[in-house]
Amino acid sequence: MSDTAPAKSTVSVEINGHTIEANPGELVIDAAERNGVHIPRFCYHNRMRPVGMCRMCLVEIDQGRGPALSPSCMIPVTEGMKVDTESERTRKAQDGVLEFLLINHPLDCPVCDKGGECPLQDNTVAYGPGESRFVEEKRHYEKPIPISDLVFLDRERCILCDRCTRFAKEVAGDPLIHFQGRGSRTEVNTFPDEPFSSYFSGNTVQICPVGALTSSSYRFKARPWDLTEVESTCTTCSVGCSVTLQSSRNRLLRTMGVDNDATNWGWLCDRGRFDIEAVESDNRLAEPLVDGAPARWSDALRKAAAAISGALRDVGPSGIGVIGGARLTNESAYAWAKLAKGVIGTDNVDAQLGDGLPGELLFGLPRATIAEACAPKGTIVLLGSDPKETLGVLYLRLRHAVVEDKATLIELGHGASGLTRYARHALHGEPGGALVELAHQAVALLPEGQPVTVVLGRTSPTEDPAVLAEAAQVFAAYGARFLSGLTRGNVHGALDLGLAPGLLPGRVTLDAGRSTFTDAWGSVPAGRGKSTAAMLAAAADGSLPVLILLGADPINDSADRALAERALQRATVIAVDTFPTDSVAHASVVLPAAGYAETDGTTTNLEGRILPLRQAVTPPGTARADWAIAVELATRLEADLGFDAVEQIWAEIASLSAAHEGITAAALASARDGVIAAGSGGSGGRPATIDSVPAVTAKRVPLDPTKLRLVVRRTMYDGATLTQQSRSLPSLYNDNEVRLHPLDFEKLGVDEGADVTLVAAEGQLTLPVVSDRGVVRGTAVVLANVPDAPVNILLSPTSPVIDVRLEVVR
Amino acid sequence: MSRLTPENEAIAREIISRYPKPKSALIPLLHLSQEQNGHVTDEAMVHLAELVDVTPAEVIGTCTFYEMFKREPVGRYVVNICTNIAFQLLGAEELLHHAEHRLGIKAGNTTPDGLFTIEDVECVAACTEAPCLTVNYRYFYKVDGEDFDAIVEDLRNGRQPTRKAAETGPDGAIPSHGTLALERQHIPADRAAGNADPDSAPAPVWLEQQA
Ligand code: SF4
Ligand code: SF4
Ligand code: FES
Ligand code: FES
Repeated sequence: MSDTAPAKSTVSVEINGHTIEANPGELVIDAAERNGVHIPRFCYHNRMRPVGMCRMCLVEIDQGRGPALSPSCMIPVTEGMKVDTESERTRKAQDGVLEFLLINHPLDCPVCDKGGECPLQDNTVAYGPGESRFVEEKRHYEKPIPISDLVFLDRERCILCDRCTRFAKEVAGDPLIHFQGRGSRTEVNTFPDEPFSSYFSGNTVQICPVGALTSSSYRFKARPWDLTEVESTCTTCSVGCSVTLQSSRNRLLRTMGVDNDATNWGWLCDRGRFDIEAVESDNRLAEPLVDGAPARWSDALRKAAAAISGALRDVGPSGIGVIGGARLTNESAYAWAKLAKGVIGTDNVDAQLGDGLPGELLFGLPRATIAEACAPKGTIVLLGSDPKETLGVLYLRLRHAVVEDKATLIELGHGASGLTRYARHALHGEPGGALVELAHQAVALLPEGQPVTVVLGRTSPTEDPAVLAEAAQVFAAYGARFLSGLTRGNVHGALDLGLAPGLLPGRVTLDAGRSTFTDAWGSVPAGRGKSTAAMLAAAADGSLPVLILLGADPINDSADRALAERALQRATVIAVDTFPTDSVAHASVVLPAAGYAETDGTTTNLEGRILPLRQAVTPPGTARADWAIAVELATRLEADLGFDAVEQIWAEIASLSAAHEGITAAALASARDGVIAAGSGGSGGRPATIDSVPAVTAKRVPLDPTKLRLVVRRTMYDGATLTQQSRSLPSLYNDNEVRLHPLDFEKLGVDEGADVTLVAAEGQLTLPVVSDRGVVRGTAVVLANVPDAPVNILLSPTSPVIDVRLEVVR
Repeated sequence: MSRLTPENEAIAREIISRYPKPKSALIPLLHLSQEQNGHVTDEAMVHLAELVDVTPAEVIGTCTFYEMFKREPVGRYVVNICTNIAFQLLGAEELLHHAEHRLGIKAGNTTPDGLFTIEDVECVAACTEAPCLTVNYRYFYKVDGEDFDAIVEDLRNGRQPTRKAAETGPDGAIPSHGTLALERQHIPADRAAGNADPDSAPAPVWLEQQA
């Protein structure tokens, strides 16, 4: 070859007589698939390493030495390779492999959940033997055994493809299921009495190519041919995993991960997969309530409007507050922002409950996508809540980046997380400013010349957001980019569309957006309003007489339980919600909202990516979409929001919002992976988006040696409404405990397992104490939002840290 | 007590230190636990999992792949009789039947006094010496019923067999099931070659290609 010939960037391969161009290193099975030639397979999965277990993908491959049967999932393409997927020998091999696989298969298709969508059935029909020659006894196992609370295993049906076990080890990092035994007695199983308690176990059910793995949630519920499906997005957390929603006769029965290259790669976490059961919970709010009694919509709306008008008359717009909105679709968030800020005129609007970060901080920092954060050989800095507990599938992506793609992980936080074992450096310190110092140390550790992405969230509700802002700026000065680690479902959509104090839709400040939105809406609030904590305080002291809860439960979910209770008792509460939560119980008007899978629209994930939401079932009773409730309420307030369909709302967003410029309905419809909202405005009449962060210096609070500093950790299964209202998940939450560093026990004079009382200024809580090396010395770690052990009775949103005294219960 | 004893845990740590990756030590550690307890117990597997930082499911996966690891108690002497074709032709089945009658148990079982377990096995890699058996993996070549009786008689009476096993130590002694060797390998720290960090070694070309 002459050295002047341009290097060829593809590999020419002949498949069934046609020459195709494959990517270097691509496996034959993938190259064929991309060019329209399907090779049957069981064990191969494009998001896991090939293992060549099942031999279903045998085809004739000629690499210059004559054709030979080879597993196409194990062989990378080479120049001039000839592949025949239809030859006589290939057909015979496929037929033979299937006959072998069926030797021990029970063929109980009529009672098998996989029947109708089973690769083993499909491949047998397409490539297999019509008849078995095997007359001997098949192997027998006890029919399905539970390998966890969520997953059943029928070992007779298993074809030993290694997909579930590979997933557990390679993808989830929880190798709690494994092949056991050898030869024809090989089986998949757990260790005795150690269940497959992975947060990601449901994925194994989805990828099992036979009916060996079934979920307790969907077993025996439906037949595939009776299901209708729509593509949508999971909104349980802010990762925004792509899903299909499968329903039958107006019941939502199952959700499956869809491979979105930008986000979830086909995976889901178990919370997102199974909390859809809450949609058909009997506890759903189905009719409006006025003072606790069922009412007609017109009466409930009239009563709500009267309360709002009364407050407007007595106190003015600042007498009304709106808390919540992270559950809403983008369109509903916009409708409520327009109602609150444009019609009512209040800026007391906050989608977060004191456990997130200010929208201005996120908007002012350069953003990164998940793919940018996980870039091979890049550096990821973790500065937020534990992704394994709060952002399941982001954890899988970050773990993959470190384990498979040689990314470097540096963790900053208040103790060990699910990613600590993968971190090159784990720098832990107590709340109260230590993270800023650690950020400076981390910068010195950053490998030269690699892109750096910081996953930025709230490390603990007991850490001052100013500390995180200051620490973030240390990395920003280094040139890092930022991936938001805020966790609530559509909190990013809510922030982007103005459900936060001081902001208007499109990531603009009140002042920057004033002229645009005064033109569009008629008016905008004069000055910055209150955050959730300040609204609750004002409601408690009587200066904010009307509180609107948009799917928010401040009693269980805000940083001060007692304050929330006082606020909701004193104010007139209008609740727009899907469930009668503890907070909704205080509402004088309850407006039932359509929930997940019951409305169309869009959602925004933590990258700022706009993803579709589709309706699969009808809402219960007379519940209606949140945006429609806003429209109705506006009408009663003698205003017209100017839209009566989701599409119109999106068109208005796209025409006004600086961040959403150019993201038309058509652009959304044609984008497979969703579209990132990244407009910066500043031209064509659009206001400029926030593009910088003012320097902050957070208060340092040194440790008090007589006390313990409180750290509040989130866990995947907690008191979240959808988790608790599903059938499968409520029993999975961890009991609350106080975790201390082992070396602190002696100093404090307590023994492991003893009951201790944490005494804070705001209240006290008694829990058992356990030792944990992952805890920072001088701190006490408790879990957030665990039913029956509410740590928010200890918290106060106004103190920068929470120090507690520990008393041993004798 | 079926986790490793403190002494055995010290030995385990020495074994682990011989390997670049702790989990590579799993097979010698399973033998160690079997030596201590006579079989591999669930508790021991949990302990080994902690020592080499894998899950118990991964330990049981390795353990159950190998015939020599027993998850149930077996006799102090495990007698393996090969009945593959080379042996069948030279009387292995008769030998097995004889053994079963003599000990009063079917292959796969253990005598009530806990002394003997008989196993009917495939190929013990001594096809030239048929029929043959192993006692705790010590070979006895060209064995007939009389030889078998003599071996059993000796072991039952606490004597080492008069007929010496091939390839054992100088005294031909057969330790209790679980003990592989009478001498334990011990490499002093200053004589050990040490481990190369596998992650710093260049990956083989064929692996790089796949990545
Ligand atoms: S249970 Fe399913 S996924 Fe797991 S090895 Fe068996 S066939 Fe494959
Ligand atoms: S990671 Fe988040 S978005 Fe994805 S399935 Fe889980 S809860 Fe849903
Ligand atoms: S798909 Fe290739 S061997 Fe299973
Ligand atoms: S066949 Fe018995 S030892 Fe080889």
